[in-house]
Amino acid sequence: MIRVENLVKTFDGFTAVQGVTFEVAKGEIFAFLGPNGAGKTTTIKMLTTLLRPTSGTMEIDGLDPTTKQKEARQRFGIVFQDPSLDNEQTAYENMELHGVLYHVPRKLRAERTERLLTLFELWDRRNDYVKLFSGGMKRRLEIARGFLHTPKILFLDEPTLGLDPQSRNQLWTHVKHLNETEQTTVFLTTHYMDEAARVAHRIAIIDHGRVVAQGTVAELKQQTNSDSLEGAFLALTGSSLRDEGATSADRMRQVAQIWRR
Amino acid sequence: MSAIYILWLRELKRYVRSRVQIVVSLGQPLLYLLALGFGLGPVFQKAGSGSYLQFVAPGVVGMTVLFSSVFSGIAMLWDRQFGFLKETLVAPVPRLHIMIGRTFGGATVAMIQGAMILVVCLIAGFRPQHWLAIPFAFLFVALIAVVFAALGTSIGSTIKDMQGFQLIMNFLVMPIFFLSGALFPLSHLPWAMNVITKLDPLSYGVDGLRGALIGQWHFGFVLDISMLGILAAAFLGMGAYMFSRIQI
Repeated sequence: MIRVENLVKTFDGFTAVQGVTFEVAKGEIFAFLGPNGAGKTTTIKMLTTLLRPTSGTMEIDGLDPTTKQKEARQRFGIVFQDPSLDNEQTAYENMELHGVLYHVPRKLRAERTERLLTLFELWDRRNDYVKLFSGGMKRRLEIARGFLHTPKILFLDEPTLGLDPQSRNQLWTHVKHLNETEQTTVFLTTHYMDEAARVAHRIAIIDHGRVVAQGTVAELKQQTNSDSLEGAFLALTGSSLRDEGATSADRMRQVAQIWRR
Repeated sequence: MSAIYILWLRELKRYVRSRVQIVVSLGQPLLYLLALGFGLGPVFQKAGSGSYLQFVAPGVVGMTVLFSSVFSGIAMLWDRQFGFLKETLVAPVPRLHIMIGRTFGGATVAMIQGAMILVVCLIAGFRPQHWLAIPFAFLFVALIAVVFAALGTSIGSTIKDMQGFQLIMNFLVMPIFFLSGALFPLSHLPWAMNVITKLDPLSYGVDGLRGALIGQWHFGFVLDISMLGILAAAFLGMGAYMFSRIQI
């Protein structure tokens, strides 16, 4: 379903992704793990047509996302690391807007919106503005929205960041359920190893822009002689700290909070 | 096409729902209309130029449309920060459709604002030469709205933070307003000023509004309409180009 070969991305002399190769089978839940700045988000951005790779080849359901942008976009859904909802519209309107943008016919749109919002326990709040939602509710809405156009692949970039254990648990239950009932391939990144161990069929660990290991949880544990995925992860990526600079978006968000209210 | 519609509708919904903002955005033009209209009125009258309220009302309508349409484009800054822009940029629709939906949504909102301030002008005592002048004036309101909404989209596609926003306000939007002849007649100006006012796109819009509403033309109908038409096409092209280059 996803095929990536020797993928490279360079920004002004800095190489974020250096020759990544992996494959994700249809219906699989694939976790992409790595420390901050390892190149996870950059890889997702390339797969989802937001960035052009410097070199290498990619395939999404047999299509090259760099040349067949529109067709590729119709086939995947994405939940970004940071929110991408319209806060000034209601939950239902957000779903509606997404459905229209993804050419979901009206009747199917209404059916799926109801089914997904019910599943994610948001149906009762469908007419509330998103700005009134908690972080967990927003995330649930984004994931529900990602499934709306029945994508073949759903990309989840750190979907559980900042959520409480209850929300995280529930969220993965739903994602697993939809993966099974709709055969959606799921490509996820997370920093919570327990989540990856619980939901992912296969895992790739990326560090400094390179895939350092991939396989099932059992294989990774065996490879590193560790008794947990976290142990395997630390054995493969070392335990030194990685610092990322604040992006202009982070800085702006702080200013925005002061300005808005 | 449905993508254009849904994004246009979104701009309208946002506008209708932000009641506080509607009142706030009408405050400034109102101040210009009342403080200058009645404050400068006696001096203007003494200089033999007739009623200043009559003169300034079309300028204030032009100003309202200018501010409102440029803002709508710059509001993209918020969509960028709160992430909604990304949602539209990865959708399987041409970026041009997204840009058109947003821009025309902003232009429509600006026209509504213009209509509201025109009603306020009428209440304050402004009288057009003929009631049919009002639909005629809306031709110019629409053109001003499209020109500056497209400019706003170009700017909104480029700036990434609040500093950029303030820079644009102080060094672009305010000069466009002050140098457009919205507040003073364009005849008998010192030459440097004369040249600058001719370079200001809003000058043609305000002149068209004033011509349509009270029959005072400076550039004339043909020049006004052709300048605004050319600028609308040029800015829409620029907006589409800038929008297509957004990276996130």
